[in-house]
Amino acid sequence: MTEHPSIVNHPTVDQWIQFTDEGRVIVHTGKVDIGQRISTALAIIAAEELDVDYERIDVKPAQTGTAPDEGYTASSMSMQQSGTAIRLASATARRHLLGLAGRLLDADPLELRVEDGVVHCPGHKDKISYWSLAADRPFGIPVDQAVSIKDPGTHVWIGRPVIAKGMIDIVAGKTLFVHDMTLPGMLHARPVRPPCYTAKLTDLDKATVRQLSDDGISVVRDGSFVAVASADEFAAVKAAERIAAAASWTLTSKLPTGDLYDALVSNVRLSRPVTTGGIPVDESVPPLAEPPAEATVTLKWRFEKPYLMHGAIGPSAACALYDEGRLRVYTHSQGIYPLREALAEALQIAPQMVHVVFMPGAGCYGHNGADDAAFDAALIATMIPGRPVLLKWTRDDEHAWEPYGSAMVCELRGSLNSAGRIVDWSHESYGDTFIMGRPAAGRTGSPASKLLSSKFRAVPLEKTPPQPAMGPHVGIHRNLEPLYTLSNPRLVKHLVRGLPLRTSALRTLGAFANVVAIESFMDQLADAAGISPVELRLHHLADNRARHVIQLLADRMETDLSNSPPSRGQGMAFARYKNSAAYCAVGVELEISEKASVRLLHAWIVADAGEVVDPSGLTAQLEGGFIQAASWSLYESVSYDSQGITSRDWESYPIIRFDNVPEVRTLLVDRPGEPFLGAGEAVGGPAGGAIANAIYRASGLRLSQMPFDSHRIRSTALSE
Amino acid sequence: MTKIRLKVNGQLRTTEAEPDTPLVFVLRNQLRLTGTKIGCTSEQCGACTVLVDGKATLSCVRTAREFAGREIVTVEGLSDGETLSSVQQAFVDEGAAQCGFCTPGIVIATTALLNNNAHPTKVDIQKALYPNLCRCGSQGRVLAAIQRLIEGR
Repeated sequence: MTEHPSIVNHPTVDQWIQFTDEGRVIVHTGKVDIGQRISTALAIIAAEELDVDYERIDVKPAQTGTAPDEGYTASSMSMQQSGTAIRLASATARRHLLGLAGRLLDADPLELRVEDGVVHCPGHKDKISYWSLAADRPFGIPVDQAVSIKDPGTHVWIGRPVIAKGMIDIVAGKTLFVHDMTLPGMLHARPVRPPCYTAKLTDLDKATVRQLSDDGISVVRDGSFVAVASADEFAAVKAAERIAAAASWTLTSKLPTGDLYDALVSNVRLSRPVTTGGIPVDESVPPLAEPPAEATVTLKWRFEKPYLMHGAIGPSAACALYDEGRLRVYTHSQGIYPLREALAEALQIAPQMVHVVFMPGAGCYGHNGADDAAFDAALIATMIPGRPVLLKWTRDDEHAWEPYGSAMVCELRGSLNSAGRIVDWSHESYGDTFIMGRPAAGRTGSPASKLLSSKFRAVPLEKTPPQPAMGPHVGIHRNLEPLYTLSNPRLVKHLVRGLPLRTSALRTLGAFANVVAIESFMDQLADAAGISPVELRLHHLADNRARHVIQLLADRMETDLSNSPPSRGQGMAFARYKNSAAYCAVGVELEISEKASVRLLHAWIVADAGEVVDPSGLTAQLEGGFIQAASWSLYESVSYDSQGITSRDWESYPIIRFDNVPEVRTLLVDRPGEPFLGAGEAVGGPAGGAIANAIYRASGLRLSQMPFDSHRIRSTALSE
Repeated sequence: MTKIRLKVNGQLRTTEAEPDTPLVFVLRNQLRLTGTKIGCTSEQCGACTVLVDGKATLSCVRTAREFAGREIVTVEGLSDGETLSSVQQAFVDEGAAQCGFCTPGIVIATTALLNNNAHPTKVDIQKALYPNLCRCGSQGRVLAAIQRLIEGR
C-alpha cells in the first residue's frame, strides 16, 4: 500500500476529527473552500464513515497552526488528498468509538449500529453517544491507513444531494468575505500601483502627502511601493487617486510589443522532451523526422492562445495586524502555509511569529492576486503597527497586476496510414511558466521574490528566471501527452524567455491549450481519414472508462439532436485531466450569428470522476468549468502596449455574460468504491476543443487563435 | 461630512459620510450591510446591485445622497432573518452559487425581474441579468433557479 502523504504528515486522528460538547463534529483540512465546495464533499465523507448526520459536521476554515499542512488547494487534488485522509481518519475514529462503546455496553463492537452518532446494541435498550465518549477529549490514536471503510452498497450520505455548506449564508448575504471584515481600530488601505512592471517611483509630491496626513490619512512608502490608509474606506479610495496623481514614475524598460506568437516560437527558450507519463527529461530534443513510409496523409496544425486572466469578480484583499513582533494575516490565498513562509522571508520575521488565517474571497481559479494582496497588507501593517489594516485592490489593480495564465503556441503534426490510423505524432508546446510563479519553496527563486511588491521595495527582490517544471503533467506540459494510443509520440515543452507579462498558475495550467490543440487536430485527422470524430478517438483509446464517456456523449447527442437545424454546428472533445484525474467528454451545439459571433446553444458534459461524493457539487464544478472555458474561448485576451497593460476593466477585457449561456446537460458516471478523481479542472480543455470543432462544423472555418470572436471569424473567413 | 438619511430594508437610517460617497460604501461601512459587494466601482459587474423602489440598481458609482427618500432593499432585507425569500430558496435548491461573491447582486437582479414580470421570456431573463458577471460559471444553475420560480407560479 502506498503511504498517503497527508496522513504521513498528519498521522493522528485528532489532527483531522474532533467531537465538541455541543454535539458537533469538526473536520480539519488543509484545503480551502474557494467556491468549489470542498467543505461539502469532505463533510459528506466524514458523515458517511462516522455515521453522523451531515448537518452536524463543521469543516473548519484552514489557519496555520491548527490545520493540517496540505500545501496548495490546487491541481484538482483535494479529494484525493484531504478526502482520502478524512475518510481514513473518520473510519479509524468510528472503529475506536465502537470499541469503547462495546466495552461499556458489554457488546461485540461488530454487533453495534450507529445512528447519527448514537451507538445502539440490537436487542438492548442501552445506547451511548459518540459525544459522551469523545467530546472535547483527544483520541490519541494514529490514523490506520489499512482501516476498513464502508462498503459502497451501504452508503447513506455519499452520492446523496445535500445543501452545500455555507450556501444559505451566501444567498442571504451573510457570508463574511475577507473584504467584509471589521476589527476594532481597523484602517482601510489601497495600494497606489505604478503604471507598469518596470516603473520606479522618482518623486512623490510632498505637499499632497502633507495635506493627506493633515486629514488623518497615512501615506506609507517603501521604495516604489506606496499605499494609503484611512479609518474611512472611501477616504482611502480618494486619497489613493490623489497620490497616484502626485507620483512621478520612470519606466526602466518597455514591454516588448512585437507579435506575441512569433516571440513564443522564436525567443530564447529551454526545451525538454516529454516522455511517457507526461514526464520531461533533461535531454536534447529529438529532431522532427520525415513522416514514416506508411503515412498516406500528413497534417500540420498550429494553435495559439493568448494570456488569460483569473478575473475574480472581487478584487484581491487581505487584512493584516502587526503587533509586538507578531504578524496576523487574513487572506483568501490557496496556500496558507506556503504564504506564511513567503511572508516571513519577505519581512524577516520568524515563521512561527506569522499566523495566516483563510477567509473567503471571490473565486480565484489559481494563483491570482490573493498572495500579493496579503503581502501588501502585511507590509503596510508593519509600517503602522498595532492597527489592523484591511487592504483591497481596485478592479484596475486586479486586471493589471494579477499573474496571468501564460499565452501558448501548440504546433502539431500527425500522419495517418491507409487504414485511417495515426502512425506518427508530434506536439510541441511553447509558453511561459505556470507553476514557478507561486510564492512557495521548491520552485525556482525565493518565495518572497514572487510576491508582487517585493520588486518595488527600497531593497527590491528580483525574480529568478524560472526553470522548466519537471514533474508529470505540470505547467506547460499538462496534458501534452494525449491519452490516445500513439506509438512513440514526439512531445516537447518549450519554456520561453523574454515574454512580456507576469504569469503563474491558472485553472488547468497548460492543459487548456494542449487539449484544445489536440482535440481540434483529432477532428482534422478524422476528416482526413473519412471517419467520424468519435470513431477516430475510439480507434485510439484502450482505456475503457475513456471509451465509455465518449460513447455516452455520442449517444446522448444523437438522441438530443435528431431535429437540429442544419445551420447549427456540433462538436465534441475529450480528455482525462493529467491522464490521471477525471475523464471528461464534452459536446457543444452552436451557431454563428449574422454578426459573426458564436451563439452557444447546448452543451453536454459526461464525466467519470470515480466515486461520486457530492453530485450537486461535482455538477456545479463541471458546468462552471465549462462556462469559464467557453468565456476563455470566445471572449478573452489580455491586451498591453509598451507602457503596460491596457485591459484594465470588464469592457477592455470582456468575459461571458448571461446572454450566451447554453443549456448544459451533465451526466455523471458514478464508480462506487473507486478512488476519487479530481474534477475541478477536467472540463476546461474538452470544452474549448468542442467549441472549436463545433465552429468548424457550423462554418467550415478552422480557427487557430483564441479568442474565437467575430474579429477572428471574419479574418479567418477572409484569409481562406 | 454630511448627514445622510436613507430608507434601507424598511428602516429609516441616518448616518454621516462625505457627500460624494457612493451608496455601496455607505451600505457596507456606515450601515454594516456587507452583503452588497464591490467588484469594479464602474458599473460593469453587477456585484453592487440593490433594489431601489423595486428596480435593480447599481450602487457603486451614484452617491448615497441621490437615494434619499427612495426605498432601498439589500440582500439582507429580502428575508426576515428566519426564512429565505422564494428567490433565495430557489438559489439554494438549485445550488446556484459557488464562491458566492456575485450571488447577492444576482439574487437582487432576479428578485427585481420576477417582481415586475411574472412570466419573463428567455430574452427578458438574459436582459435582466446581463449586467451581472459570475466567474465561477454558476449562470446555468441561476437560470435553472429562475425556471423553477416561474414554473412554481
